[in-house]
Amino acid sequence: MKRKFLDKFMEIIFFISACVSIISVILICYFMFANGIPGIKKIGVFNFLFGLDWSPSNIPPSFGIFPMIVGSIYVTFGAIIIGVPIGVLTAIYLAKFCSPRLYKYLKPAVNLMAGIPSIIYGFFGLVVLVPLIRNIFGGTGSSILTASILLGIMILPTIIGLSESAIRAVPNSYYEGAVALGATHEYSIVFAMLPAAKSGILSSIVLGIGRAIGETMAVIMVAGNQARMPNGILKGVRTLTANIVIEMGYAADLHREALIATGVVLFVFILIINGLFSILKRKVF
Amino acid sequence: MTKLSKLIKTLVMLSAFLTFSILFIIIGYILMKGIPHIKPSLFALEYTTENVSLFPAIITTLIMTFLSLLISCPIGIFTGIFLIEYARKGNKLVETIRLTTETLSGIPSIVYGLFGLLFFVTSLGMGFSILSGALTLSIMILPLIIRATEEALLAVPNNLREASFALGAGKLRTIFKIVLPTAIPGIFSGIILAIGRIVGETAALVYTAGTVPQIPKNLFSSSRTLAIHMYSLSSEGLYTNEAYGTAVVLLLVVIGINGLSSLIAKKLRKGELNG
Repeated sequence: MKRKFLDKFMEIIFFISACVSIISVILICYFMFANGIPGIKKIGVFNFLFGLDWSPSNIPPSFGIFPMIVGSIYVTFGAIIIGVPIGVLTAIYLAKFCSPRLYKYLKPAVNLMAGIPSIIYGFFGLVVLVPLIRNIFGGTGSSILTASILLGIMILPTIIGLSESAIRAVPNSYYEGAVALGATHEYSIVFAMLPAAKSGILSSIVLGIGRAIGETMAVIMVAGNQARMPNGILKGVRTLTANIVIEMGYAADLHREALIATGVVLFVFILIINGLFSILKRKVF
Repeated sequence: MTKLSKLIKTLVMLSAFLTFSILFIIIGYILMKGIPHIKPSLFALEYTTENVSLFPAIITTLIMTFLSLLISCPIGIFTGIFLIEYARKGNKLVETIRLTTETLSGIPSIVYGLFGLLFFVTSLGMGFSILSGALTLSIMILPLIIRATEEALLAVPNNLREASFALGAGKLRTIFKIVLPTAIPGIFSGIILAIGRIVGETAALVYTAGTVPQIPKNLFSSSRTLAIHMYSLSSEGLYTNEAYGTAVVLLLVVIGINGLSSLIAKKLRKGELNG
């Protein structure tokens, strides 16, 4: 009788634990929206989302985050242009070209790359990439280009990991069939296997977009952080994430609400991207 | 070999070379620039503006890691047990838990930081404190631990469970005496990954644990972890040498954690072959 009670009791504990994730997501959504939406209402949806001017200390203050939305999209797009080709090709190398002996060292290296804290990437960007870009292209060096390169590097492990498993999941018969028809090793991989791994690779890109848009500390250190419309890839930008971290420390009243509202916009972006990712993932597996 | 084949091969080789040299350059650069700046004074007990010691940050990082794991591990492991051992496949609730775990793992750390600020720091009145930071991080690493537990439990062969049931053991006893011990290495590798996340986290901690550079007196005092220390040093711009030194310490910790987790993974694979 006692054992039966304990069995039931623990089952309830397991069940409650399992509900923690659900409760967490509900709490996060509730606190973000409940604290962000009033600010958006006061500023006005249109003025907030499409306003070109962010000057919280002006009288009257102005809270338009359009430059930051554009900034986030620019650096994310730049990161994808740089990170996706290199990442997918590296994944092809790991899955189809490299010897098992070398693979033993390269796979942990990719994991290590994913494990390096973003603050280290940011510091590296600050002391190496920023001066490099300044010397080559002029300007201050803190720019869309610098942020794109750094984010491109940072999303590599995400792209490589998912693309590699997508390529490995393609049945070998695709490859053998192509080779039997006289195609070369490279041809068979790129034209027979890669199309079959398409949705896996696509989901790695979507996840990479999520990582790039949400990245904060590294971007703050190299992007310049000017809150105005970027005009040119060598100009500084401020992303949505940077806007929150830079000003949250001293913001009060409507300014603070506007920053939380910035977080809400970022959160909505991420929820959309997550949704896309789960749809794609369901297609793969 | 056709021209196109050659081009593809060149591109693949070039990309792989580029990826791994970037990693090599980053690690090499930080170590070369940083190691000369590692001095005993960096590890002094007290942080002062003349001597920006990272010792308090190390202590805080240890406390933060321990506390976050203490909260997150039982919940994460129990969730894994519920999903694999109790829940029926295709259950609506299971689907919801999967979906929310996936959502949690995609939320960027700055959103966790904002949520922590609004919920733990402000609404629950914990203020900028180790506890607020650890609670925020616990939610952040929850999906990692759940997924590792799920995978580890799935890898436990079913005949172990059947044998235990056949001997008359109850479900709970089977889980704790047979299934969990077998799955421990797998769960452990997830926990190590989580430690890596906690040690490297910055954005979620700036506005939950705060940035006070002193050893915390209790769970409600504000303090900074190594990663936050690193951020403060490099953004103030006054202590570049110390920032290099801190970067080395942080990097070595992360490399150590990664080495440990791949060691366990290797042991696991060998164990599977024997079993």
